[in-house]
Order: sequence, then C-alpha cells, then structure tokens
Amino acid sequence: MFIENIRLALSGLKANKMRAFLTMLGIIIGIGSVITIMTLGESVTSSFTSSMQSLGANNVTVAIQPKPEDEEADSFSGMAFMAMGRGAMPQDKDYITDEMVSALRETYGNELMGISISESAGDGRAEAGKLYANVSITGVNSDYFLSNEITILAGRMLTADELNGSRQMAMVSDKLVNNMFDGEPEAAIGQSIEVTTGDSFYSYTIVGVYEYVMSIYNMQFGAEKDITTTLYIPIGAARAATHSTAGYSSITAVTARGVDSTRFASRIERFLNAYYRNNRDYEVIAFSMESMVSEFASVMDTIETAIAVIASISLLVGGIGVMNIMLVSITERTREIGTCKALGATNSSIRMQFITEAVIICLIGGLLGVTLGVTAGSLASKAFGFPARASASSIVIALFFSMSIGVFFGYYPANKAARMDPINALRYE
Amino acid sequence: MEEKNRIIRLRGIKKRFFEGTENQIEVLKGIDMDVYEGEFVSIVGASGSGKSTLMNIIGALDRASEGSYILDGVDIGKAGDDRLSRIRNKKIGFVFQTYNLIPRTSALKNVERPMLYAGIPRDERTERAKQLLDMVGMTDRLKHNPDELSGGQKQRVAIARAMANHPAILLADEPTGALDSKTGRLIMDIFHRLNKEQAMTIVLITHSPELAEETGRIFTLMDGEITGERKGSAYKCS
Repeated sequence: MFIENIRLALSGLKANKMRAFLTMLGIIIGIGSVITIMTLGESVTSSFTSSMQSLGANNVTVAIQPKPEDEEADSFSGMAFMAMGRGAMPQDKDYITDEMVSALRETYGNELMGISISESAGDGRAEAGKLYANVSITGVNSDYFLSNEITILAGRMLTADELNGSRQMAMVSDKLVNNMFDGEPEAAIGQSIEVTTGDSFYSYTIVGVYEYVMSIYNMQFGAEKDITTTLYIPIGAARAATHSTAGYSSITAVTARGVDSTRFASRIERFLNAYYRNNRDYEVIAFSMESMVSEFASVMDTIETAIAVIASISLLVGGIGVMNIMLVSITERTREIGTCKALGATNSSIRMQFITEAVIICLIGGLLGVTLGVTAGSLASKAFGFPARASASSIVIALFFSMSIGVFFGYYPANKAARMDPINALRYE
Repeated sequence: MEEKNRIIRLRGIKKRFFEGTENQIEVLKGIDMDVYEGEFVSIVGASGSGKSTLMNIIGALDRASEGSYILDGVDIGKAGDDRLSRIRNKKIGFVFQTYNLIPRTSALKNVERPMLYAGIPRDERTERAKQLLDMVGMTDRLKHNPDELSGGQKQRVAIARAMANHPAILLADEPTGALDSKTGRLIMDIFHRLNKEQAMTIVLITHSPELAEETGRIFTLMDGEITGERKGSAYKCS
C-alpha cells in the first residue's frame, strides 16, 4: 500500500508538472539557501582549520597585548589577539626581546622544537625597468620554516646562519619570477632585485625561488600580476630595515611532538609575564593554534547556525505554499476523492495518499534544493578561493527536514480530504 | 421466494435531514424493501422523490436515521466510517451516471483501484482487471486514460470496475442518463448479460419508465415512500 501511495502521488504530480514545480520552488529555495550557507561555512571552516593545522596545531603563538584596564574585562582568548591594536602603541620596553627568547629556549628546551620569528619590513614593489612585482618583505629566522613549509623550485633555501644574520639575501616567489624573469626560476638565481617600500629602497640578491601557495591568509583579488607575494629575507636584515632593535610583537613557539600545546601555552605565558610584572601597559598572552582552531570553528558554527535559521524562514514560507496548493488540489479533486471513497477507500488511506503526495513534493524539492545549495555553495567557495566542501550532516538534516515539512503542512489538507462526506464529494461540480 | 438468498432487507428506513432544527425534513418516510439474489430490480421516481437518498443508503454511502438495513447478511445499521468503506469496497459495485472514473488513470488502473483498497496483490489485481475489461469488450483500451475514451467506453470501464471485488449488488444510478440511446442500449445489454450469465443482483435507479420495464421488479418511489411494486413487462427471464 505504501508503494502504491507513492505511485498514486507521482502520477498526481505528473498530471500537473508546472504546478508541482512551482509548489516545490519554495522548498527548493529554502533548502537551497540553507545548504548554500552550510556548504560555504563548512568550506571556510575546513579550509581555515586545515591551513591553521598545516601551520602546526602544535604551535603556540605568543604576543604582547595591552593590559586590561580593569580586571573584569580580562580577555584571555585567542580572538583578543585579532583585536590587537587597541590602546596605546607598544613602546620599545613592551616588545618580546631576544633575551626572553633565549630564556625560553633554555628553560623549555625539551618541549620546544624551535621559536619561529617573523618581522614585517613593509609592503613594496620590486622593479626592473618596466617589469614589477608587489612584495611583502618579511624577515624570518631559521625556525620560521619549522611551522611554515615552503617548496623551493630553484636555487636553495637560505641557510640557518644566513636567516639569523642580516645579509641582503632573499627568497622570492614563482609569481615574482613570472612577472620579472619570464617565468624562468633558474634565470632569477643570483640576480639582484631592487625593492622600494615607502621612501626606502633596498637591494637583495635572490638565492632561491619558492612555490607560491594561495591560502586564506593571502587571499586577494585583482589581476594575477598584481598579486603581492612574500619576499623572505633574514630576520636581521628586516630589523635593520625597520630600525627595530627592541624586539618582536609576536613569536611562535613550535612545540615538540607529544607536548600538550594548550597547557604549554599557559606555562610559557606565566614564564614570560614574569618579565612584564613591572610593565604597566603591556603583558604577554600565549595560545595554542589548537585552541584557536576550535574557537574559530565554534564561532563559525554560531554564525552558520544563525544564518541558516534565518534562511529556514523561507522554508516555512515554502511549507505554507505546499499547504496552500494541496488545499487547492484537494478541492479540485473533490469528485475523485468521493469516487475513491465509494470504491472503498478508508479515511486513513485517503489521508495517507495526500500526505504522501505532500511529502514527495517536499522531498523532491529538498533534493533539488540540496543540489542547488551544494552547487551554489561550492561555486561561492571556489570564488572566494576555498576548496569546496559540502556538509554531509546538513544535507541529511535538510532532507529529513523537508520531509517533515511535507508531513506537517500536508496533514491539514490531507485530513480535510479524508473527512469529506462521500455523497457531497461525489456530487461536487 | 424463501429458498433464494435475501441480499437487501430494508425495514422502516427513515432519513431526516437538519434533524433537531426548524428546517428538519423527512426525505424517506419508512421504506420496506427486499431484493433477492440474482434479481434485477429498478427504483423509479421523479426528482425529489427521495431516490438519491435511498440509493445513498443502499450504497452504504449514508446511514439511515431510523430503521434497519441488512446487506448480504451484514447489518449495516450504525456502522462507522471505516466499516462502511469496507462494506462499499467488498459488497457494492457502483455505476454512476457521470462514470466517475479516476482522471489521469488508465482504464486498467481504474478497474484495479477497488482491489487495491481491498489489499489484493498487484499481479492478481492486474490479471482480474484484464479479465473484467475483456468481459465488457475493452481489451484494446487498457492503457487509455478516461479523457481518451467515449462516454460508452467510460461506462463500460466503470461497470468492469464495479465488478472488481465480486460485489453482492451492482448499484447503477441512471447509468445511461448521459449516453445516446444506442450506446445506452449497449450498456443495458451488459447489465442483462451480467444478470443472466453471472446471476448478478442489480439495483437500477432511473427516472425512465422504458428502462424500468426491462427489469424484473419495479419499485415506484414517491414523496419518500414506496407507492408501488410490480413486475417489469419487458423482463426476459432466464
């Protein structure tokens, strides 16, 4: 009987395809928009999470932040780092010094793989005649590449000694090579490039070319040749360029395998804050990448859910549309219903038939909506540069939900049909 | 006629509408009626005589306000909706003036429908539906939908459908009312054939005296009462 009901419902829908489709449209749009949001959200989260994890879930970021003005507003959280910049700019006395870094290395030698440091020397433009490339000049120490893997395409890595020193050497991206050396990495090696940043002017010798990888951190729009890529130089060279001898605003501790990075973060935070006891303006916070990843994921979850709830209002509207059309269809088919009753259909079998019809409308609408949503979500993700990733659980929930809408909004019209008086129904014109 | 099975037994059937209000109206005023197995009877009456109401009660589409109704040994009395549905399904084959075939559904599926409600397996249903359609000469129209059939063809499908669950009675309400006389004749012939060959009990409701004369017994209904009962003059006894 169940299969028969599905057959009856399908033939009913086939008889009026256009109307069935219009009825489904509400469900398609509702489910489609929810799934689009979910797919996009999932893509962003998973891309962000995986790129954070590729940086190393074991990393502990240590940064300075202004001391909270009152104790209650204490915001020990990874996201507070994002909000940095409020309050007074740090002075020389506030930075993390080389001395602190060495102390960290000595004290936690067993738990640390290294301490990665990077220092921006500003964004600029490398030029050679008419050729140019946008670069972000970044000084890094030798431990930097423990947590930031790069692939060398030509030449070589800067050695540890070179990185920790201050010679004017650089590793450039293949994008820069495309712009300035006709895409020949080999041709770039040994050449020197001239970089202007603001009113300063530097010259670096290229020792290596690395492969540029687009990620959520360096996402940018615009012409391919205007992309800004990182120009890696030794940390000392960067500090010389920025005349910053005081220290660093942030460092990254790469923990050894098997170390609980979240606990380790609070230990080194306490350790470093000993240096800041008498500092009225700044203190140090340390947080593991792991805790940041989960915090980010939970924030994304909340945003996703909120938007999905809003989108699901259109589902409600779609459901009401289904109910409306079902009511019209039942009125139109009054005689048919009367006939079925004369032929021996019980009230419950009539009810089941129409509920099945509503459920099928909603389910087909749901399936189309999921297809639409996954497609739209994937396209949107790709447009923003994230690998697309559909959320399986939300698809299952969406389909289940659309079926429930069918049952919920189909019940009233179906019940109305079931309770029709056969005599009046048979006479209905 | 004691040796024959009594299929329909109506006693003191009354039907009132708007009961308990000022507009209360008594449409049937105490009907007594017996129909025996294999009989072909007709109920004639002008419009407003209570014909339709009586037909609804005999067809188990409606309940009497008073009186008793036993159909093929089953007391219909005050049966609930579901019970009435099952009685209609198993015991009664309806043939309507307006055919009432289910739209967008093939002749075959239409004939299968009562068997579907009876829970008969698919293969068996199809098998029997084909036999029934063959019986009314519709074998070449199995897959046609009602809107592709002529009036006479539709009525033949409707008769096949009415026979689906081996009903105790065929209840035909003005079955030729919407047909031209030639096609109407064809339909009447089918009824006679079913009555003769299969000893089918048939109750024909009509306002046409000529058609009524073809049946074995004629009940005349007037103002909610049976005012006459006589033998049909043109009934060919088997």
